[in-house]
Amino acid sequence: MIRSDILKTLIPVISDKLVVCNIGLPSQELHMLDDQPSNFYMLGTMGLSSSIGLGLALAQKDQVIAIDGDGSVLTNFGTLPTIANNVADNFILLIIDNGSYGSTGDQPTYAGKKTSLAAVAKACGCDNVVECRAEQTADALQAALESHKMTIIVSKCESGNIPVPVITMDPVVIAHRFMNEVKTRN
Amino acid sequence: MSINNRILSDFENNNVEFITTVPCKQLAGVIDVIDNSEKIFHIPSNKEDEGMGLCAGAYMGGKRSAIIMQNTAIGVTINTLATLIQYYHFPLPMLISYRGELGEPVACQVEMAIHTKALLQQMNIPTYHFHHPDDVQEFDAILKHTFMCNKPTAILTDASFWNKANNQEGAA
Repeated sequence: MIRSDILKTLIPVISDKLVVCNIGLPSQELHMLDDQPSNFYMLGTMGLSSSIGLGLALAQKDQVIAIDGDGSVLTNFGTLPTIANNVADNFILLIIDNGSYGSTGDQPTYAGKKTSLAAVAKACGCDNVVECRAEQTADALQAALESHKMTIIVSKCESGNIPVPVITMDPVVIAHRFMNEVKTRN
Repeated sequence: MSINNRILSDFENNNVEFITTVPCKQLAGVIDVIDNSEKIFHIPSNKEDEGMGLCAGAYMGGKRSAIIMQNTAIGVTINTLATLIQYYHFPLPMLISYRGELGEPVACQVEMAIHTKALLQQMNIPTYHFHHPDDVQEFDAILKHTFMCNKPTAILTDASFWNKANNQEGAA
């Protein structure tokens, strides 16, 4: 399974959840599969999906899922100690780890080589870290939501991309409708 | 009221409830009082662009946020300022220790100091420079301005500002 296959299996689980989605193809795929006002699409700023998601989770009550990639977590490694030390039980970080920088042409990442993001997350102090295979991701995410414990999920999948249109929605519109959606839930 | 408590009360009175910090010697006192505030959630971050992500998320969650950092961080955060904070129109007061100005003992700090205002100007970021202790009187208005216009703003606080403020407090 590649990332877009995983996202397809996640839609029934995440469609009505607050989702912060990573820059590039992940956001474009989610936007194409199931555009919702509860989705915040990152149009730039590689690496900050987990940080935005944590800030959002700490500021309000509803459950938040940040969808991130291995390359993006590698570029913002400082996020994992911050997450570990500021526990928000309404926060789930889902790292789709395809071992490559998918949006830029599938160049390999170190997470696809010797570096284990799950081991790093645990070493940083994250208490609930789950590593799963691609096809187990939806179940792992559902279990994490039901546990109401802050959870880091590392979903190991194959690299590869599908053709998707870019998101043409204005960033201010994305933020505005997302913030309205957050407000209705708090 | 001490300069640190003045800054804290301006944050609190403007309903800033979420502050991330990357430390600086000059800012140690203000970070301390923020950490002790019951009205403000203080979350230290490991790098300033990470901190801006936290602030963006908190703002979308309904909490006014701010970042406290050194001016060296302008070099770290240009992309985040352009593609996240400015692109999505998030307000973000940046209380900045302006290292490398008069009284600076560390030569390397001057290297970013000479670029700081030029970079902020290039980014079209409203910038205020606190040099005398009285300049803090404007802080409340700067916060109101930031949340009125939904832009990042920079408040540069130099060594003269902090030293004179601390000396005044010592004398009093």
